[in-house]
Amino acid sequence: MLRLIGQRLMTTIPSVIGVIIVTFLLTRVLPGDTAAYFAGPAASPEAIIEIRSKLGLDQPLPVQFVSYVTALVKGDLGMSLTTGQPVTADLAARLPASAELTLAGLLLAMSVALPLGVLAAVRQGSWIDHLCRIVATAGVSLPVFFTGLLLVYVFYFILGWAPAPLGRLDVFASEPARVTGLYLVDTLLARDGATFRAALAQIALPAITLAIFSLAPITRMTRASMLAVLGADFVRTARASGLSSRKVIGTYAFRNAMLPVVTTLGMVFSFLLGANVLVEKVFAWPGVGSYAVEALIASDYAPIQGFVLTMAILYVALNLMIDVLYGVIDPRVRLEG
Amino acid sequence: MTTPPLLDIKNLTVEFATRRGTVQAVKAIDVSVAKGETVAIVGESGSGKSVTSYAVVRILDRAGKVAEGSISFSGVDLVAASEAQMRDIRGREISMIFQNPRAALNPIRKVGKQIEDVLLEHVQATRATARDKAIEALAKVRIARPEERYDAYPFELSGGMCQRVVIALALACQPQLLIADEPTTGLDVTTQKAVMDLIVELTRERGMSTILITHDLGLAAAYCDKVVVMEKGNVVETARAGEIFRNPQHPYTRKLMQATPRIGMSLRDLLPDAQKGPAAQLAAPKPAPAPDAAPLMRVENLVKEYPRPASGSFLSKLMGKTEEPKAPFRAVDGISFSVAKGETLGLVGESGCGKSTTSMMITRLIDKTSGSILFDGTDIGAIPAKQFAASAHRRRIQMVFQDPTDRLNPRFTAERAIADPILRMGGISGRDALRARCEDLARLVGLPVELIDRFPHQLSGGQKARVGIARAIALEPDLVILDEPTAALDVSVQAVVLNLLQELKERLGMSYLFVSHDLNVVRLLCDRVIVMKTGAIVEQGTSEEVLGDPKADYTKELLTAIPHPPV
Amino acid sequence: MNDMTKVDPTAAPALRFEAPPSTSLLAHARHIVSENPVTGLAFGLFALILLAAIFGPSLVPFDPLASNTNSALQAPSARHWFGTDQLGRDIFSRVIVATRLDFAIAVCSVALVFAMGGLAGVMAGFYGGWVDKVVGRLADTIMAFPLFVLAMGIVAALGNSVTNIVIATAIINFPLYARVARAEANVRREAGFVQAARLSGNSDWRLLLTQIVPNIMPIMAVQMSLTMGYAILNAAGLSFIGLGVRPPTPEWGIMVAEGASFIVSGEWWIAFFPGLALMTAVFCFNLLGDGVRDLVDPQRRN
Repeated sequence: MLRLIGQRLMTTIPSVIGVIIVTFLLTRVLPGDTAAYFAGPAASPEAIIEIRSKLGLDQPLPVQFVSYVTALVKGDLGMSLTTGQPVTADLAARLPASAELTLAGLLLAMSVALPLGVLAAVRQGSWIDHLCRIVATAGVSLPVFFTGLLLVYVFYFILGWAPAPLGRLDVFASEPARVTGLYLVDTLLARDGATFRAALAQIALPAITLAIFSLAPITRMTRASMLAVLGADFVRTARASGLSSRKVIGTYAFRNAMLPVVTTLGMVFSFLLGANVLVEKVFAWPGVGSYAVEALIASDYAPIQGFVLTMAILYVALNLMIDVLYGVIDPRVRLEG
Repeated sequence: MTTPPLLDIKNLTVEFATRRGTVQAVKAIDVSVAKGETVAIVGESGSGKSVTSYAVVRILDRAGKVAEGSISFSGVDLVAASEAQMRDIRGREISMIFQNPRAALNPIRKVGKQIEDVLLEHVQATRATARDKAIEALAKVRIARPEERYDAYPFELSGGMCQRVVIALALACQPQLLIADEPTTGLDVTTQKAVMDLIVELTRERGMSTILITHDLGLAAAYCDKVVVMEKGNVVETARAGEIFRNPQHPYTRKLMQATPRIGMSLRDLLPDAQKGPAAQLAAPKPAPAPDAAPLMRVENLVKEYPRPASGSFLSKLMGKTEEPKAPFRAVDGISFSVAKGETLGLVGESGCGKSTTSMMITRLIDKTSGSILFDGTDIGAIPAKQFAASAHRRRIQMVFQDPTDRLNPRFTAERAIADPILRMGGISGRDALRARCEDLARLVGLPVELIDRFPHQLSGGQKARVGIARAIALEPDLVILDEPTAALDVSVQAVVLNLLQELKERLGMSYLFVSHDLNVVRLLCDRVIVMKTGAIVEQGTSEEVLGDPKADYTKELLTAIPHPPV
Repeated sequence: MNDMTKVDPTAAPALRFEAPPSTSLLAHARHIVSENPVTGLAFGLFALILLAAIFGPSLVPFDPLASNTNSALQAPSARHWFGTDQLGRDIFSRVIVATRLDFAIAVCSVALVFAMGGLAGVMAGFYGGWVDKVVGRLADTIMAFPLFVLAMGIVAALGNSVTNIVIATAIINFPLYARVARAEANVRREAGFVQAARLSGNSDWRLLLTQIVPNIMPIMAVQMSLTMGYAILNAAGLSFIGLGVRPPTPEWGIMVAEGASFIVSGEWWIAFFPGLALMTAVFCFNLLGDGVRDLVDPQRRN
């Protein structure tokens, strides 16, 4: 197992190098004046020149790359002009909010999508199968920011069930002591039921929005791979040996059907991390996505660059975890790998 | 009064709901299996033989249902039985073995665990004894070191070994009836013999009944007491195994029997009597090639090596562990032979012996590693495969491929496929002349001319094979490589295609290199035979010498492994 | 019926065996639509979108840019079907006029990525070797990013313009096209009919053009149809966060963004109708993907 993880870790190295090169190119090889971007729209020509030499932009590209990587290794992503803080500190402070939202959305989506997909495959042609198909087609067609706004309108404005879409906690509640940074977990650790409920009420709509968005690919893949596996020879063998349908579907079909679903999770994460930005904007969620959007509006470049890099590294790490999970399920990868 | 049969199928009709309405896959058939009896159900594809067995254990897919009739097993009505009752019967009373053993096992579960699942389900073992009983089941099917194999996954085992595991799984609960659905299709002939011998031995010693479902009449007759012949959903004949070969009653049985290649027949004998008439005149005695004539092709010391994949991981390389570079894998290991003008040379061997690699090198689709391929005096092996398309020899060496479906571009009509080599190298100009040539070729290979505007998916397997042949002979090549041209075809179609090939060879004066695993077919078609094993030639000579009086042990093994029907 | 399918050999010489006569394609399309009404619906919607994209600006009742503070924030009515926004602009007119821009962004980016990704993929799959390595590495690097985030980064870096949205959308779809084309070309390189065509004396590029590319086209067509929806979503998402399209240009994403702050006070129509239009367009393209697959698959044409 350790060997497998080690091997997979090695394969992520080219990805990480690629990511660093691309983010470097995005900042340095621009049609416009990078120093002007970094200085912000209101900077004087002198300030731009000063920033240029400060950032080393007057040096040749390879030298710039080396200093870029050196800074990266030290965790230095530059300063944000809007907040006046180092980008690294800003991102670290806001990452838990985004992580909590993304994970909540994903867990919600999986808890609906997996049973739905499996049932649709087992009862092919039934109402649940039709429901599954509608979910799969409609889900990928819904713009995530639009779903979010619809939910806000229905559950906040009309029904009044949800609190105003303004962040992680309403103004009267106090933040829980920071342990994991995830409010739902931290409030539970602090045994603070009231704040937990407040946090849950705030995260419900954005998490549902993300879940609706990621429901479609997971359901579609679960149904398709379950159908394929149910038609496989080894399931026929299991049936012909008289195994109960619980055993056939649970132990034989489901575990095999999960292999493509686990692979799909990589794509789902890619969607989720992108959709996160839009959902955070709709719900004024204080995560890294809304941070990047604010920076975009202010033409504050360092935070955007830091955001793109952080998301990419995070995504590479998530894919690594997915690979390892795949190896846990599939002995062919584990033993031959 | 005799004792009632163990399994009694009466008036069984199975229907499938399709988009074009209901289709009867099995039509009012009667089959009975007595205790301890081995019964074969024989038929070509689409005869309904597999559907019958699925109906017995009620694992038909959703669209299929038993429309009429009864299936009684030890007094239990299987059509009316509840799903819970059926579950008890499956695996415990009636077991099944399927074609393609590797796919029949759960790829991500240890084989031992899979046997345990069945034992536990049928309360044949407790959690404490399951492991031992599973290992015992593995030992009974002669799997060496069963304790170790218990922990193996299917992908770690060979095809034959997987089939043994499947048999162990099927017999674990000591059922009374075993249904084996094409259990050896896709296995090599020696493995086939081992697996069939094992099935027969194990079922006989337990007094079990067996139903063997197969397309191979020879296999059925060699291993079974009774043979049931099915055609298009009907049982056309039921007889004792010996009887059916000696005295087939139904015309379809006779046709099937006739089409099955056996010792002591000629190619023409394979055809139904009605088709022999006019073509028979063409089959003049073959003029033996003059021994001193220069051969058309001479292959000398031909070698093909493939590099082995580097086994050392990136990690170990990083840590400075260097491994000895492995010797490359020799798929073809220095073989020499020649093909005379007008001769048919058979190239036989089991999967992985290098026969396909050899034929690809000779066809100049892949490059050799060393050696020479002298064709009509020129070393064509020296011309790189990439440039061979432009060579003048290209048109003289052509090939007929194995799977007719894969070999035709799905977006080309039959005419376009046949015309392709003529367009590239044929020098026929003008649309009408080309069309006329394609129609001539279609007639030559017996493809109805009105079919040549069709796309491959609108043609039957036999018709596609004819298109493939027409394309290969379009430029009247000197040498045609036939790579298992009939392996995917039913025997009756195979018989026709083999005769066609023979006729074309005589008419156009071509030489054939016939690559096959089927020794009975090789015996009929080939003048000389080469037997290959692990990249090397173990024996070569005339067909009569090699197949009648083999010298090499391997050839003998191959020959004894062919099921011999009791004639 | 028979007369319809018979083609005069002198009239359409090249078509005779290269492609089925076009009449049968039409008949097949009719058959598919009648068999699956949802596909018919998708084709109908597509026609509507096309109509709005081409003739939209000359059909709408109001100037999409003309503000009228007297009639600001009006709910949908007989005069303003979709209501008016905070500047009194007619939302119906703006939604219809926006079709052209959204559709153009999607078509341009899909065409761009089809050309680049498809070509790179086919080359990589057919030739293998270093071409394959380079294309694969490029695709892997792009795939290492969450795609929407990468698109954000690209537009932010290249500059805030519609052209750059098209480029960014094409780049993030590149791996998809390159991989599909590569896989298909790679499988077919070894396919029997390609080997047989080699024996017929076809050169490499001829194999590519006559044997491999035509057989990959159906899959690429389905791919294009499916990514059209994704491209529109992506472009609208970028303009929703303020990239690319700038106000007051009518565009669905930016209109939803403009209406977002009015949702909490109950003026739902400002965001709802452009969002609905966006959703309908994406839904249409996704359904179309399935329809196109049925249409171009020769196995299903009987």
